[in-house]
This record gives sequence, structure tokens and C-alpha cells, in this order.
Amino acid sequence: MSKGKTIAEKILSDKSGVDAYAGQIVNAQVDYVMVNDVTGPIAFREFEELGMEPVRERMVLIPDHYVPNKDVASAEQAKEMREFARRWGIDNYFEVGRSGVCHQLMVDEGFAAPGRLIVGADSHTCTYGGLGAFSTGVGSTEAAAVFATGRLWFKVPESIKVNIKGSFRPGVGGKDLIIRIITDIGVDGATYKAFEFSGDISAVPVSDRLTIANMAIEAGGKAGIFPCDEMTEEYIKETVRGEWTSYEADPDAVYSAELEYDLSELEPMVAYPHLPENGRPVSEADVKIDQAWLGSCTNGRIEDLRIAAEVIKGRKVHPDVRFIVVPASPRVFNQAMAEGLLAIFMDAGAYVSGPTCGACLGGHMGILAAGERCVASTNRNFIGRMGHKDSEVYLAGPGVVAASAVAGKIVNPEKLEEVF
Amino acid sequence: MESHRGKAWRFEDHVDTDQIIPAERLVAENLSKMNEFVFEKVRPGMAQKINKGDIILAGKNFGCGSSREHAPRSLIQAGVSCIIAESFARIFFRNSLNVGLLLVECKVDASEGDDIEVIPKAGKVINHSTGEEFNFPQYPEFVSELVAAGGLMSLIKEGRF
Ligand code: SF4
Repeated sequence: MSKGKTIAEKILSDKSGVDAYAGQIVNAQVDYVMVNDVTGPIAFREFEELGMEPVRERMVLIPDHYVPNKDVASAEQAKEMREFARRWGIDNYFEVGRSGVCHQLMVDEGFAAPGRLIVGADSHTCTYGGLGAFSTGVGSTEAAAVFATGRLWFKVPESIKVNIKGSFRPGVGGKDLIIRIITDIGVDGATYKAFEFSGDISAVPVSDRLTIANMAIEAGGKAGIFPCDEMTEEYIKETVRGEWTSYEADPDAVYSAELEYDLSELEPMVAYPHLPENGRPVSEADVKIDQAWLGSCTNGRIEDLRIAAEVIKGRKVHPDVRFIVVPASPRVFNQAMAEGLLAIFMDAGAYVSGPTCGACLGGHMGILAAGERCVASTNRNFIGRMGHKDSEVYLAGPGVVAASAVAGKIVNPEKLEEVF
Repeated sequence: MESHRGKAWRFEDHVDTDQIIPAERLVAENLSKMNEFVFEKVRPGMAQKINKGDIILAGKNFGCGSSREHAPRSLIQAGVSCIIAESFARIFFRNSLNVGLLLVECKVDASEGDDIEVIPKAGKVINHSTGEEFNFPQYPEFVSELVAAGGLMSLIKEGRF
């Protein structure tokens, strides 16, 4: 009898046709391959050197990092993607206006789904593990290889099992859990491994699962996978394209480590510069800020905007602070508009922009000057990530970001009641 | 036997890809001159001082962060022949195999400026400044083949993938 398997082992076995276990290298069929405007050009050049036909319907091209074009150089780059899409007849190209942060668009457009094997030339491709996919970031050359062959090699990863129990207290969410995990195991604590979440996952909303899976890479992880449940099905039912498969781990699957988190013990977390592993409870924070930034593939979803709007409603952004709100996709933007959230932000004195990665990676629309500090709902706080090398980024969930925008310093939304 | 010899540039743990080449440089028009920007935020001026063949020595988790293939490509353009680190981040590792940047997973005692030689086939690093030698294991078979072929694109061109 064969041994039990993790979800990662099952998906990679089915996609490769090999009965595979952790440590084996397999050659697997990829369901979708995504590139963005930064990683695309290298992939296009590599692909075109091969002189092969592309696997058109499995390719997804999403300009998001430097669009709407921030300068001439990025305009040329975006044009390269547009022209490649036209030249090769790639239907899944999303022009500005129909585009957004690539990972959110992959979800909104129904490419991400349970059981799929998806690669993207962007490290946060691991996001779709929140829906039960095996998805991981690759380089541009590897994306080009998939354009040409529809396949890629994978080392089947060992998995770290994360048992979840209890439920989040009010004001605490997925961002706080993942910062806690990364702080506990370190930014290389899951290198070459996949996280597999289990236990009472029904306590974790799907939006939070996406946030958690998104940051698996910040612990070096190859993937962060939640099993698919009724909540997942509900979440994707209006948008998903095509068939998908639900996988669950075998009871006797082998894990390289097991962690356990009681959600009721978590408090809101803040990751200090310059690594996501520098997490501390927000109650210990005493940091004045110049900017608060809400958006990105980590926390730019409608659920995040609702949390932030709830906090800031009827309040004003601190006079010394710029609060920048960037819904991650057109769908999120529309929904936020329909629910009146954008008006709440603007009434408070926030700047609301259309979907883009923007300042998350130090691209545009919210770059920091020397000495400035920003609390951001993003996933990376590396040196110079959002601008000048002497600026600082503090990572937190949407509630803390909004509360901090009001207070002018990093605070727990609960504290806002007392002071403002 | 093939070897790489050069001056050591010393780095600590968790050197991320934003440090190697910042996001604002990632536009297609820079692809042929990425060498100018390597480590510009954390080690200004270093890019201009790297000599062909120089070697980067680092601690754990080198290359963490984004999937930008610009990172290993910019280091090659700058003349770096090899990176020796205690461990590498996964995507950076795969990218380096495909673009031909030699990575050696090994803990080496050396200081900035030491004269370092790497002999891949022998699995050996020599610090000529101190006379010390260090050994590292070979890649798994598939990965060795990939490297020998010159990366994934070469395998595809040869019809082997
Ligand atoms: S939002 Fe930020 S982390 Fe996400 S894909 Fe864009 S730049 Fe990368």
C-alpha cells in the first residue's frame, strides 16, 4: 500500500502522472502561467528565441506594477507586453482599466481555483494556495519555458502542517496570524517547503486565507495551501473558469514539522523594518508615521477595505499623514464604490487610487522620502522597498493601517476609541 | 579543472532581491545595463568596483524576496562569477541555474577582499588569503544536468525537456 500524501504531493502527482513524494523532481502540466509587466519582457524575449508555438489559452498577461505607465520607460515596457499579446493572439491579456494587482486579478477572473497547478513570474503567486491551488513563483525564463511546453519541473516540497484552532478576536485577522508565524519561524523558516493549513479552517475567512498564503514566500515557502471547503466553493462560484478539483491530505501524510496556533490568543501584529520576521504585538508599538498605505495582493481586497472603512468612518486622517487607499482590482474598486467605502475614505481625507501595485514595491504613487515611515498592508518591508533607502516600512493588517492613519502613529484600532 | 577566482565581497544573512537590484530599475530599457545598479541602495559605489570574476560571500537565505530574474542577471553583468552562501532562497536558486550564475551552498570563513577560488567539479572552495579549504556537496543529478546544459532554455532547444 502506498504512503499517505500531503495536498502538495497529491496535486504534483496528478499533474505529473507520477506517484510522487517530497524530495522527488517531477515534470508537471501547468494549468496557468502568469507574467506581469516587470517579469514579462524577459520571458517574451526568451520565448521568442525558441521559435515555438505558445500554449495560448493557459497564458495570462497582467500589467500591474508600473501601470498606468509611470514614465516613458515603463510605457515602453507595457507596450512590449501589449504587442506580444497581439502578436501571439493571447486573449488573457488585461489592459489598464480591466487590470489590477496580478494576484487579485487571477482570483477575480477565475484562473485561480482549488487543485490547480499555477506558476507565475511573481513571487506572490503562492497566494492562490488560499483557494487550495498549488501555486508558486518562478522566474521569467521558467515562465517562457511554460509558454512553450505547458510544463515545468518541480521538486515536490516537504510540507509544514499548521494546525488552526479557536477563532480570531475582533480586530485580528489573517495578516496577524501570518506575521506571527513568520516571526516564529523566521524569513527562511519554510525555505523549499509548503505550508499546509489544517484544523478548524472554517474560522478563517477565504479572504484571510489568501492573505496568509500570499505571505508564505516571506518565510521562504514555495506554497501555502488551505484545503478547499464550502467557504472556498462559495467564494469562487461566480467567477471560476472551468473545472477544478478539491484535494485533502491523507490522515497518514508525512510532514516535516507541525505547528499549532490558537487564533483566540493572537493580537494585531506589526512587522518592523527591515524584515517580515520582525513582528511585534501592536500594543508594543510606538512609531510615528508619515504615510499609511492600504492595498496590494496581501490586503487590497473588499474585505480589507471594509475593515479599514469601519475604523475610519466619521474620523479624519491625521494632519501629518497621507493615507493612500488602492483597491487591488476593478472588481474590488467597483464593489467598494457600491458599498460607499470609497466615499468614507475620501471624506476622511484619504487619497483613493485605481488598481495598481504602485508604491507597494516602490514603483509610483506613494514613494517615501528619506527618513519617512509608512505603515502598509503589504507584504515586504525590506530596505528601500517603498522608496528611499533610509525610509521605513511597517507591515500590518487593514485595521491597524486605518487606525494609524487617524492617530498619526501605529495603534490598535481599539485604542482609537479612547483617544479620538 | 574549471575554477573561478576572484576577490570576496562579504554580505550577511537574508540579502533580498530589492537590495540586489531595486524595483525602480526594473524596466526593459535597463536590461542591458543592469550591472550599474547592483546593490546601489545598500552598498553605493560597489557596482563600479566589482572586477570580473569577483565572488560574493553571504550567510543564510541569499536572494530572498521577489522572483525578479533581473537579480542573477544583473550580478552576471556586473562580473560576479559565483555566489557562495550558507543557503539560497528558492526562486533565486532556480533563476540562477537558468541564467548561468554559479551558486555554491557552503559556509566559508573569509573576509571582505580575500582571494577566493571555487572549483565546482571538486566541490572545493579555497581561501588563498588564509590558506583554508572548504568542501561543498554536488547538486542533485537533474540540477547538474540543467546547469551543464546551460539552463532550461537550452534543454528545450535541444528537445530534452
Ligand atoms: S501588490 Fe506588491 S507584492 Fe503584490 S504583486 Fe504587486 S508589487 Fe508584488
